[in-house]
Amino acid sequence: MNESLDEMYRDIILDHYRSPRGKKPLEKTDIASEGHNPSCGDEIDVELQVDDDTVKDVHVNCHGCAISVASGSMLAEIVKGKTLAEAFRIAELVKKILKGEETEIPEDLGDLDALKGVRQFPVRIKCALLSWVTLMEGLKDYKSGQRGGKSSISTDDDKD
Amino acid sequence: MASKTTQNGTSLRSGPTSLMVDIVKADFPLLDQTIHGHKLVYLDNAASSQKPRVVINALLDYYRKTNANIHRGLHTLAERATDSYERTRDHVARFVGGVDREEIIFTSGTTESINLVAATWGEENIHEGDEIVITEMEHHANLVPWVILAQKKKAVLKHIPITICGHLDLSQIDDIITPKTKLLALTHMSNVLGTINPVEELAAKAHQHGAVVLADVAQSMPHMPVDIPSLGVDFCAFSAHKMLGPTGVGILYGKRELLDKMPPYNMGGEMIREVRFDHITWAELPFKFEGGTPNVADVVAFDAALTYLEALGMQNVRDHEERLTGYAFERLSELKDLEIQGPRETGQRGGAISFTDPNIHPHDISTFLDSRGIAIRAGHHCAQPLMRVLGKVATARASLYIYNDEADVDQLVEALIEMRRYFGV
Ligand SMILES: Cc1ncc(COP(=O)(O)O)c(C=O)c1O
Repeated sequence: MNESLDEMYRDIILDHYRSPRGKKPLEKTDIASEGHNPSCGDEIDVELQVDDDTVKDVHVNCHGCAISVASGSMLAEIVKGKTLAEAFRIAELVKKILKGEETEIPEDLGDLDALKGVRQFPVRIKCALLSWVTLMEGLKDYKSGQRGGKSSISTDDDKD
Repeated sequence: MASKTTQNGTSLRSGPTSLMVDIVKADFPLLDQTIHGHKLVYLDNAASSQKPRVVINALLDYYRKTNANIHRGLHTLAERATDSYERTRDHVARFVGGVDREEIIFTSGTTESINLVAATWGEENIHEGDEIVITEMEHHANLVPWVILAQKKKAVLKHIPITICGHLDLSQIDDIITPKTKLLALTHMSNVLGTINPVEELAAKAHQHGAVVLADVAQSMPHMPVDIPSLGVDFCAFSAHKMLGPTGVGILYGKRELLDKMPPYNMGGEMIREVRFDHITWAELPFKFEGGTPNVADVVAFDAALTYLEALGMQNVRDHEERLTGYAFERLSELKDLEIQGPRETGQRGGAISFTDPNIHPHDISTFLDSRGIAIRAGHHCAQPLMRVLGKVATARASLYIYNDEADVDQLVEALIEMRRYFGV
């Protein structure tokens, strides 16, 4: 077996890929955001049901590679039950992890550790980021009062 | 078709009907390596081919023994360099079916060749309301320059659609190519579908209406006999790097009557006859279009690539790939639900095989195959409009050449079977 391949496609990633979480449509959608990765054509919808500034439920629909699907599935699992501010902070943390700026991962976010293997494949980092930047875009628009519409972001526009 | 005997004995590499792939393979030093512990299988030939030792040596020899600027110096090296460079031009003119050497212009690649035509001929001849016809299967190189020119000139861009089998759909062709058509620009062989298009027939139709025809032969020239005079087109563009030559060399063929009337492209040295502050006359063909110091070394080394291909015999190259494509189709059919794009009749297509797996993204396919030593391409292949027509965001593409054999196809198929197990979907 090829080691770096197994580093990227860790068991946790493959598990999320084979049975992605957050497939069920929401009863009520408060935040909706779509993301697009032009270089590989991946597309994702991230939707949140919000109650009292807390994420009650998450729906993620991703057409893409194993890495983007798995990353979106982890997002669905992790963000559920968090406050909007926490969700945003976790997304920032994921960006840092993928860029190699942060290596410490809190215990309750253990699955995210599996994304570290992607760092060895620079062209695939965008795939792992797609769901998280899409989430951030939705949260930003929601916070700034642009509600009811659909936020939209491309990984090419996410320059920071 | 028997191949010619050459000094370096390349005749050994092709028998009366087939290539001796083992011997051919041994001519390509790069292929002799392992990637992630597996024998390298290079199946990304539609993107760029590998180079035989004779080409690599020609490049080294040039820098070791010949290097000088051309057309300028009056010393021995400058003469040698000029001779070698111009000899390649003669060789290209013969290789493409016997055209005049003045009709062969060296550029940096297919992309520049087409942009040159758009910026010179297109700039002067396309006017408001004129129609430019392309096809749905064009590479961006034969698409973007025309989209931009049409926008700038308020011209109309029309396209010939494709059928579900991946052929051009010619059922409405008389509504598409009309007296308003000023240019037909089409690919001879699709880099995604492999389709070989009926360029002769369409060129004749366009010419009836007085249009000019450009064929993108970047994929056909390396893989089959291409005879420009019988294609009957006005311009042809291709790249050396896809046919065993170095990167950074492209060819533009243009009919002399058209080239004569076209304004120059790069202004500067080499492309002028006489310069005064108030008056300039252009150099004769082909130098009018080769301003500045060209890519002499790579052009010179390209000569060796042409010799190598001629020794194999282009019909042998074609026959080999046709047979191997058939074998690949047969073996790939073992993978249930693998979707292959483009025509299935191997006689009507080249060896670029695009495919998708219903459950595994092309990027995951490519990453997995790489881990097994297999190089393929995944993505939109610079043909986004075609991808939209196919309803795909991307495909995986394995593309064959002279040094590929059944064992390479077997390694690909076995790795794909293993991949499905690995991803477990
Ligand atoms: C059909 C076709 N046209 C044009 C090109 C562009 O060639 P180049 O990148 O060498 O200019 C390619 C290669 O990628 C091609 O396959």
